[in-house]
Amino acid sequence: MILVIAEHLEGKLNRASWEAVAAAQQTGEPVKIAALGAAVAGVAAELAAADAAEVIVVEHPALAAYTADGYVQALAALVTAEAPAAVFLPHTYQTRDFAPALAARLGRALLTDCLGVKADGGGRLFVRPMFQGKLHADVRPLGPSPHLVTFQIGAYRADAAARGAAPAPVRTIAGAVDPAAVRQKAEAPFQEAKQAVDLSQAERIVSIGRGIKGQEHIQVAEKLAAALGAELAASRPICDAGWLPMERQIGSSGQTVAPKLYVALGISGAIQHLVGMKGSQVIVAINKDPDAPIFEVADFGIVGDLFEVVPALVAALNG
Amino acid sequence: MKIAVCVKQVVSREWQLRVDESNTWIRDQDASYELNEPDAYALEEALRLKERHGGEVVVCSAGPARVSQVVREALARGADRALLVEDDRLVGADAFATASALAAALKDERCDLVLTGLQSDDSGFAQTGVVLAETLGLPHATIIMEVQVADGALRVKRELEGGWFQWIAMPMPAVLTIQSGINQLRYATLKGIMAAKKKDVKKVAAPDLAPQHEIVRLYFPEKAKATRLIDGAPADAAKELVRLLRDEARVIS
Ligand SMILES: Cc1cc2nc3c(=O)[nH]c(=O)nc-3n(C[C@H](O)[C@H](O)[C@H](O)COP(=O)(O)OP(=O)(O)OC[C@H]3O[C@@H](n4cnc5c(N)ncnc54)[C@H](O)[C@@H]3O)c2cc1C
Ligand SMILES: Nc1ncnc2c1ncn2[C@@H]1O[C@H](COP(=O)(O)O)[C@@H](O)[C@H]1O
Repeated sequence: MILVIAEHLEGKLNRASWEAVAAAQQTGEPVKIAALGAAVAGVAAELAAADAAEVIVVEHPALAAYTADGYVQALAALVTAEAPAAVFLPHTYQTRDFAPALAARLGRALLTDCLGVKADGGGRLFVRPMFQGKLHADVRPLGPSPHLVTFQIGAYRADAAARGAAPAPVRTIAGAVDPAAVRQKAEAPFQEAKQAVDLSQAERIVSIGRGIKGQEHIQVAEKLAAALGAELAASRPICDAGWLPMERQIGSSGQTVAPKLYVALGISGAIQHLVGMKGSQVIVAINKDPDAPIFEVADFGIVGDLFEVVPALVAALNG
Repeated sequence: MKIAVCVKQVVSREWQLRVDESNTWIRDQDASYELNEPDAYALEEALRLKERHGGEVVVCSAGPARVSQVVREALARGADRALLVEDDRLVGADAFATASALAAALKDERCDLVLTGLQSDDSGFAQTGVVLAETLGLPHATIIMEVQVADGALRVKRELEGGWFQWIAMPMPAVLTIQSGINQLRYATLKGIMAAKKKDVKKVAAPDLAPQHEIVRLYFPEKAKATRLIDGAPADAAKELVRLLRDEARVIS
């Protein structure tokens, strides 16, 4: 049996949970899905639509708001009681926060950010990106089971999760949480002040990455943006360095966009960037490294130095 | 306040990756190395906390002898002293082995705060800081974008997906994993580089490391999508790209 840990924020199921369910179902093993919280009947009912042996609701007032300590306590008890063959989770920010501590407390291996599963004799290998996605590794978890595995967002399709003929049975158990041992106190999530630029409406976007080298070179990209009638955007390091405001950042911690045309200049294509732009209709990548993962999502590409290619593009557009 | 910062040495971004003969690691004999990017931000945050609250910044790194390079760099940027867990078996080690090596160095230090980066550029486990917290028995919070310290307690701003944040309050000592962009970095000055030469670097023996995973094969991913690559001199390639975008993709007029 594979135990999937679902994620929700204040009663709203995170779609990535379905991706982890799909990954678990595709192993061919029976699947159970767990959801933690104080009042998660709605989430449980939604999850019960899955083709699963059971949905387990772990309830405790101390689980009303997510905390790492609360989740680790409740899940350590649950995993010990259920003794699954493996535990699958989506590789979300929340999973990053508690899963390593859970694995350490259980003394079990944790493989993170996995892209797929391969058969390995009687066992399994997990494919995970390394070196910023430039290489992939087939990895064998060692030590006693259950091994914990997190799956990269988008590695499996949420709509590939099989639905059951009838709703799966839902079992509610009391979470084994000692509120006195929960050391973190979480305040309510919030968004920073309303963003002035809404890139999600842009028809065309020229986006710059670390290949732009310095703030003084941004005008190279600005000229291309002007010639294309495009908005300017960036990868995270550009905004971290303060070269462009944070509100122009594309990716998991920035904006998600889907313009008609997305031109990536000197962007390597790390997954945290790709999730914010891979829905674009046409993607163009200009990068001097032919192995850059951005070419994995690009429709058109030029392998070359952006400082030569971009001025040539501006000339071609204006000519 | 005593603050430890865990810094990892990773192959530099500009270095052309190649897979070694065993097909399980990179051919890194002639690689160039740098400080893992989020760790630079963690170090900067520690230096700023020391400026505000006083105390000491101790850097800690685990790896083969060559990692003394990033330790020196951290000392040059302003860290006070260093702990070095030197062991060749730490190359490509999993997060549990790495965290136990770091814990061996830190367990008797009684730090008020331990900072790590949120993720390493090479292995990308996004685990080591959190496993270290559990190993040391400390509370933790991850993906941190602001740190406030008052009356012996912490309030930290945690990044959530899609532009959301959340404040978390916690007692100290604690472990935080720091996100890139939390501050603006300072670089080493010549004075700092000279001063670093006199700073104390203490070597600590690595504990027994029971591996939690094994890399069976490391490879360049097969391309799943056929990108239309446009060759030729920049001017020709540019003209062809504009033609394709206008006439075939019809995304510009
Ligand atoms: C939790 C988390 C959240 C994150 N959120 C985001 C996010 O929201 N958005 C985001 O973008 N990143 C995010 N990141 C960071 C992400 O992992 C990458 O580090 C980042 O996207 C890399 O940016 P880059 O491609 O600009 O830089 P690099 O990876 O350094 O790539 C630079 C590229 O430029 C190319 N290049 C260099 N010089 C030239 C030249 N002259 N001509 C052409 N090409 C050149 C290089 O070949 C290289 O491919 C996040 C990371 C984490 C861990
Ligand atoms: N060998 C190491 N030496 C020192 N710190 C490390 C080492 N490996 C990982 N870390 C720290 O743990 C963080 C997360 O790394 P990882 O779990 O590999 O993604 C890094 O940003 C470092 O701060």
